[in-house]
Amino acid sequence: MASPAPLIAPREGIGAALKKLLGDDLIDHVFAVGEDSVTVRRDAIAGVMISLRDNLGYQQLMEIAGVDYPDRAERFEVVYHLLSVTKNHRLRVRVCTDEATPVPSIVPVWPVAGWLEREVFDMYGVLFAGNPDLRRILTDYGFQGHPQRKDFPLTGYTELRYSEEDKRVVYEPVKLAQDFRSFDFLSPWEGADYVLPGDEKAGGTGEAPGKGAPTPMTAQQVKKADDEAAKKAPPSTPKTTEKTAQTGAGAKTNLKAAKPSRDGAKTTTAAKAKTPATKKAEKAPAKAKAPAKPRAPRKPKGGDA
Amino acid sequence: MTDSPQVKHHGSDMFEGYPVDTADTAGDQVVTNYTINFGPQHPAAHGVLRMVMELDGEIIERVDPHVGLLHRGTEKLIEYKTYLQALPYFDRLDYCSPLGMEHSYVLAIEKLLDLEVPARAQYLRTLFAELTRICNHMLNIGSHVMDVGAMTPNLWVFELREDCLNFFERASGARMHSAWFRPGGVHQDVPEKLLVDIGEWCETRLPKLFGDAMSLVIDNRIFKQRNVDIATVSKEDALAWGFSGPMIRGSGIPWDIRKSQPYDAYAAMEFDIPVGTRGDCYDRFMVRVQEVYQSARIIKQCLRDMPGGPIASLDRKVVPPKRGEMKQSMESLIHHFKLYTEGFHVPAGEVYVATESPKGEFGVYLVSDGTNKPYRCKIRPTAFSHLQAMDMMAKGHMLADTTAIIGAIDVVFGECDR
Repeated sequence: MASPAPLIAPREGIGAALKKLLGDDLIDHVFAVGEDSVTVRRDAIAGVMISLRDNLGYQQLMEIAGVDYPDRAERFEVVYHLLSVTKNHRLRVRVCTDEATPVPSIVPVWPVAGWLEREVFDMYGVLFAGNPDLRRILTDYGFQGHPQRKDFPLTGYTELRYSEEDKRVVYEPVKLAQDFRSFDFLSPWEGADYVLPGDEKAGGTGEAPGKGAPTPMTAQQVKKADDEAAKKAPPSTPKTTEKTAQTGAGAKTNLKAAKPSRDGAKTTTAAKAKTPATKKAEKAPAKAKAPAKPRAPRKPKGGDA
Repeated sequence: MTDSPQVKHHGSDMFEGYPVDTADTAGDQVVTNYTINFGPQHPAAHGVLRMVMELDGEIIERVDPHVGLLHRGTEKLIEYKTYLQALPYFDRLDYCSPLGMEHSYVLAIEKLLDLEVPARAQYLRTLFAELTRICNHMLNIGSHVMDVGAMTPNLWVFELREDCLNFFERASGARMHSAWFRPGGVHQDVPEKLLVDIGEWCETRLPKLFGDAMSLVIDNRIFKQRNVDIATVSKEDALAWGFSGPMIRGSGIPWDIRKSQPYDAYAAMEFDIPVGTRGDCYDRFMVRVQEVYQSARIIKQCLRDMPGGPIASLDRKVVPPKRGEMKQSMESLIHHFKLYTEGFHVPAGEVYVATESPKGEFGVYLVSDGTNKPYRCKIRPTAFSHLQAMDMMAKGHMLADTTAIIGAIDVVFGECDR
């Protein structure tokens, strides 16, 4: 690992140990970005946590995070982060659920789960069966809805202010003086999920919508690409197109290119566009017989950079 | 209702088993439990903590902390911002140790990107993370002693906190909300004079002023009476309640993420982990006092070994070029424009990165879907778990002890409520 993130050594034989310990309750075990994560059956979560704590030495529950994937049948993931202070290892345990199905509470296993589950309930509306105190925790008293769900608007539905007339705080529906502006900075030419203004008739590009720009290469990929580029020998002579013959267009086109153009100017002396310096350099050998005319002093130009 | 008063007679449990007449007679007081509301506006609540407390006389029977009064929906806002735009929100979580908050976030992004960070940037980040720790502990130590009755030490250690803030200002331009740690390194290099001044400060002013202030407190009879054996937490409880940082070390478990899962330049640093023996408020306080000296030790090592070189990764697909460079080169201009509008894309995946913030384990669980905005950014605050144990810790203590307990938790609501 090249990044300076906290260094956690992979735990030897964790995969086999988990399989042996959890049996059928283990749905999936992934080792990615240096972290172990397991998906387990929802109904078995309490038992799984007890065996992870007592048999594999994960003494601490650090965090319970909810994640919302509205496209999935079971849209919510409840992600538990465990820490072993003796084995110096972290483990992520994941269960999936939907709005109606409760997840068994793990408060009996770790008392700290109480508030963490309350927060997931508050933010996502995931129910925890067996939590003795499943109240809202972070939102306002009497709040409705679950704000971290992807379909909950960023601005919310109600706003409150102190009313001078009523001499108390009043709740009102959100009124925005200006529309909420969500800038989509994914570059439009690389596949946005909307039709660009003016592109209505053009039809789709056939690309998957919302693809966006490619993700950057990792440091290893960059190094590999550099190594491969270094292996290839550079071409012996650099390719140039200084003469018309070198354009690679063929004899016929070369002749045509050498001809004077219709407005009388020769290709080699298309001087109007050239800078004074090149003009001077080109003219110098041709005008050897003619008396050199002193050049007019150059006028200063604005924004010369 | 859970907080309805319970009627309880004096005699009933005191003389259990004895044939006493428990009927009311003239002159007997009927004592009932009553419920009081501590906060949300209370100087010892360290912000906006509301606690519904059930008291039996002055003895706490039950505490129900109500948090969330400072909830600003940071995690929701982050989902609508690019990775770089989301960074300043972290300063505003724990506003007493802003750089400690940024640290977890930038490390999480770097881990997902698998991005290398130059050595100088790693040393600078380590240096300023430790300076942040000192800054944070100055506030906590000062307010803790003030909560239990001492005024002078607070004024003295605030001088030191002011020094730290001045150092932050000289490095980043902002005293508190620096936004100085960036994915790939730090935002800008520090002036050489600043490093010299920090070194001098660590040698002279910090040990002198801090030593003076602490000499007033640590052996003080009143301070000890207010803190020793208050809210004792066993090792088992500390693990079960998800404690971290000085709270778990105060209970005697030598767990420090800087040591066991080193990040940035901590692997090269030499420092000790102070641990408590009894797990009470006094131990937590003393752990913090010792950590200040250890932080100063790390700072000196950082200054001694600070290498030269770039202060941020040169990978132009993540780290934008400096403004001067942008004015000179077309390539830089394009990168600058793209990185400040579209931002960089982070490969799909998920990481949980936790660092040892001054208050404990501050974690960021980052889920990326391969676009330029985080799909989910769950912040693991330190105070959330600690505050939950308030009921366990305060039960059976006097009402006046709550201030000592809250002071020893070191809670800041920007971070707790997010």
